[in-house]
Amino acid sequence: MAKITFDGVEVEVPDGTTILNAARQIGGSIVPPAMCYYTPLKGSGGKCRACLVRVAAGSAKDPRPMPKLVASCVTPVQDGMVVENTTSEQVLNVRKGIVEMLLINHPLDCPVCDQAGECDLQNFAFEHGVSTTRYQEERRTFEKIDIGPLIQLHMTRCILCYRCVYTANQITDNRVHGVLGRGDAAEIGTYIENIIDNDFSGNVIDVCPVGALTDKTFRFKSRVWFTKPVNAHRDCPKCSGNVVLWYKGKDVLRTTARKDQYGEVKEWICNECRFEKKETSDWTIEGPAHIDRSSVISANHYELPVLNQSVIADLPESTQRDLEKNPPLKLGS
Amino acid sequence: MGRKLLTEHINVEGINTFEVYRKHGGYRSVEKALKTMTPDEVVEEVKKSGLRGRGGAGFPTGMKWSFLAKPEGVPRYLVCNADESEPGTFKDRQLMSKLPHLLIEGMITSSYALGANTSYIYIRGELLYVLRILEKAIAEAYAAGFLGKNILGSGYDLDLHVHPGGGAYICGEETALLESLEGKRGNPRNKPPFPAVQGLYARPTVVNNVESIAAVPVIVNEGGDEYAKIGVGRSTGTKLISACGHLNKPGIYEIELGLPVEEFIYSDEYCGGIWKGRDLKAVVAGGSSVPILPKELILKTAAGENRLMTYESLSDGGFVTGTMLGSGGFIAMDETTCIVRNTWNFSRFYHHESCGQCSPCREGTGWMEKVLHRLEHGHGHMEDIDLLVSVAKQIEGNTICPLGEAAAWPVAAAVRHFRHEFEWHVTHAKEAAQPGAVYRANAVLV
Repeated sequence: MAKITFDGVEVEVPDGTTILNAARQIGGSIVPPAMCYYTPLKGSGGKCRACLVRVAAGSAKDPRPMPKLVASCVTPVQDGMVVENTTSEQVLNVRKGIVEMLLINHPLDCPVCDQAGECDLQNFAFEHGVSTTRYQEERRTFEKIDIGPLIQLHMTRCILCYRCVYTANQITDNRVHGVLGRGDAAEIGTYIENIIDNDFSGNVIDVCPVGALTDKTFRFKSRVWFTKPVNAHRDCPKCSGNVVLWYKGKDVLRTTARKDQYGEVKEWICNECRFEKKETSDWTIEGPAHIDRSSVISANHYELPVLNQSVIADLPESTQRDLEKNPPLKLGS
Repeated sequence: MGRKLLTEHINVEGINTFEVYRKHGGYRSVEKALKTMTPDEVVEEVKKSGLRGRGGAGFPTGMKWSFLAKPEGVPRYLVCNADESEPGTFKDRQLMSKLPHLLIEGMITSSYALGANTSYIYIRGELLYVLRILEKAIAEAYAAGFLGKNILGSGYDLDLHVHPGGGAYICGEETALLESLEGKRGNPRNKPPFPAVQGLYARPTVVNNVESIAAVPVIVNEGGDEYAKIGVGRSTGTKLISACGHLNKPGIYEIELGLPVEEFIYSDEYCGGIWKGRDLKAVVAGGSSVPILPKELILKTAAGENRLMTYESLSDGGFVTGTMLGSGGFIAMDETTCIVRNTWNFSRFYHHESCGQCSPCREGTGWMEKVLHRLEHGHGHMEDIDLLVSVAKQIEGNTICPLGEAAAWPVAAAVRHFRHEFEWHVTHAKEAAQPGAVYRANAVLV
């Protein structure tokens, strides 16, 4: 076990844990943002540099500070390490810079982007960026690329986090896409205009932190905050069958894998569950899905608050009757 | 006349053949090491020599070797980094094409010291003719019993392979090189784990530059202490310097570390002064990635002492008044050089060569290049100059590998030392945009 101090808070974690995951054990707003790191994907992390932190003391044995900021998602903790994240002016300044860099070529087309409302870059820019840019050159654009009937690739929005590449590499046996070119000419593409066609390809949509890979069966159907996420499952021979159904009224507009509070997929789902099962009758409904992190969706939350009985007793009689008729999910004691 | 430890026989007819090389004392270090020394003793000699990595970083080679993890029953690798491609640096190419057996001898002795039974020379893909020379030399070494099974009856086995890279500058970064050698896209790895623990095929690996490995036979033959007597302080031995630019005698010189920069530039033994009788304006001392220094600061330190060709003397004053010895790519610029154009040129290179893996380097190198393009072509604004410094600062230290710094340092240093030229490009945009235009103190166009 290693004991580290993260922004003044002490936490003890198993050896080999990364600084980011140690911070996640503390939780809350001090957790560094991560655009490319994705726990289920081996080898991910270290690329976007959003999670850079300052190591003020390397370890109890060697308390010297590390000379450069380190990517917290790929740097393992050492016993006695002291890490500064929100308490370091340098870190916060660098993050402003990273947001500015990432937004150089990422269009601000949130009003028409299907990822709006659940976009990691949107959250990152809101929390750490500035409202202006000093970039005045021509921006990178791409021709439309067809990668199949289910997934839409918007290369202009891609921030080259490599998550989809790792996903394709690690959970499917028929990898056809990867990164082509280098530098700011690098792009996600398929091998000689191939299409992405395998049973688990849809997962690349879930791992994409921005709107570069979107679900063709959901495009332009609704803003995500107008939909209602509901946990559901089915007996699927290919995957766990545990999904989130995104309802608008009685219609299932979209099916995704379930994610944790950091937006990471808990279990990969197959394309049949994702793209073909769009009827409520296909599923066993479990209840509203808890969406923790994406701010806009959280604003339109479907979990009702826990009400204390004493509060209910103070409500007007008509309201009490309404509550009895349509009880909230949880009634406190 | 300085001593030549590596290049003494470089001009001997047929020295690239095993026979002639052997006649001139070649492969003695292999015999000595394999027959009379243990691997640890070889490492110890290299430590004593004080040899520092000749690829640019200058990390002590012996110390790097001692970091190599040695778990039982697990193969270890030695990889020679021959992916030389930084603008201004061209010494390894010459060493390999003229003295291929020196590198092979170094590889055998070094591999023995490290306990590696398979070693690789990762060479830049464009150097196809050098690859052929090395392959021929390796075949000769196999035939003579210096490579393969049971070398010289010592019981030590070594296979040596040459592997051509895809021709990307980033593949000179050691972890990107290993990725490329494994057949993957040449993207740098996050560190830790370092190659000494998890390198090629996730096994303990040492990656050394060509010149560092070529120095090992000399160290084993003469002894580490003898080698350490050459040079000044922690900069021991000799160093190949590839000198180019506006010099009377550009070329590759083997110098004893500690030579004054002034002597290197102006003496007839080395570069013979600045061409056409012009005045020296600036020098990039260690390959295009190190900070540029104006004439006054490259010849003398801020304290007024003679600047020496050593790791310490060149970096004296940090990046405010100093630079780095780097890989020894010495680029001299005369008074007719436009610093803005030159910086833009360097920036174009790093923009083109960034692997694109991490955001600050991918986006920042392009941004700097575009701003410099504007300034050079007469479309710049005064605030662009501070913008350049700011972007360079956003890149520096925040990237996966040192390519970010390599791109940022030249830009930041150029603005630091030649800000007035950048300003002139804004205030005299029309004149500055003319081909061949250059700032002079009195703003005369050349």
